[in-house]
Amino acid sequence: MINYIWAFMFIVGLGYAAWNGKMEAVNRAIFKAAEEGVTLSLGLIFILIFWLGVMKIAEASGLLSAVSKLFKPLLKRLFPDIPEDHPAMGYIVTNTVSNMFGLGNAATPMGIKAMEALKRLNRNRPTASRSMVTLLALNTSGFTLIPTTVIAVRMKYGAAEPTDIVVPTLLATAVGTLSAVLIDRYFYYRRQKKGRDD
Amino acid sequence: MAFLTSLSAWFVPALIGFILIHATFKRVPTYEMFVEGGKDGFHMAISIMPYLVGMLVAIGVFRASGAMDALVAVLQPVFHAIGVPAEIVPLALIRPISGNGALGVMSDLLSTYGADSFIGRLASTIQGSTDTTLYVITVYFGAVGIKNIGDSLKVGLLADLAGIVAAIVVVSLMFAK
Repeated sequence: MINYIWAFMFIVGLGYAAWNGKMEAVNRAIFKAAEEGVTLSLGLIFILIFWLGVMKIAEASGLLSAVSKLFKPLLKRLFPDIPEDHPAMGYIVTNTVSNMFGLGNAATPMGIKAMEALKRLNRNRPTASRSMVTLLALNTSGFTLIPTTVIAVRMKYGAAEPTDIVVPTLLATAVGTLSAVLIDRYFYYRRQKKGRDD
Repeated sequence: MAFLTSLSAWFVPALIGFILIHATFKRVPTYEMFVEGGKDGFHMAISIMPYLVGMLVAIGVFRASGAMDALVAVLQPVFHAIGVPAEIVPLALIRPISGNGALGVMSDLLSTYGADSFIGRLASTIQGSTDTTLYVITVYFGAVGIKNIGDSLKVGLLADLAGIVAAIVVVSLMFAK
């Protein structure tokens, strides 16, 4: 999908430029944008080093697992199919909390571990179970406390207050996550109903 | 609203302070841990470089050719009627498909319209408030061999839409156009 969109922008852009006589501008844009891509990612190094460094401290001090304990009762309600104290629950909690703190690298392995455990619960069938869809919904809605990369890019483009989008982002991500949970429930009940009708 | 804006300013420093006080009480070698985690950050920044170059060049060509303006002009009346700037549409389309691609689109919007413009703030909020649905589905289900993904894609994309709508509403309320 991303391949089509990416190639589409090039092909349509080049065609449009040929038709409009804008080739010179396109030439300049190619080299300027490529350079911009490199400067931009170099410009992100400082915040990624700093933030992942701080988060490593939170992980080592046990703060992350303390927050996990806090969230466990809530998450248990979202996954009624998982038996009490099943390892899947532990992985799900760690995955969610890591995502919250912007630790994508820590979140992904935990998410995969959780999926493995859920697949075993689902008798190893190659079909997504109810809990799998819920876990995916939680991950795709991306509840994050601080959007560090966005703040860094805003800084680079001269925002007066690069962090002024933190609260709006939190509100939007909260609505997104809540909707994900509700939409997931809705589709679950719809599947239940269909199953009975068949 | 002024309160929410200053809350934004306090949030990051307060979290860092809290983490450091907590870790010091727990006798964690804070500085050494910081350095260890920082190394991951360095690798992460380098690994997104090809994504950014690829996406920024594609957008650059699309914009410089005049095709972007034409697309925005076509979408403008429809989106203007519901109070959404049409410039944001490419970001909303790419966000669920590629996170780093969307980062490129967002950066392009910030450099074109300014980080403190309405479009700039909206783009930043959209980028930060949702995750890449297609990536999550591919990685999580790919890794454990799930072939029938059920309602996952529908749920993920609808949740993305809800997040984007929420971002538009919140940013419109908090910042003047």
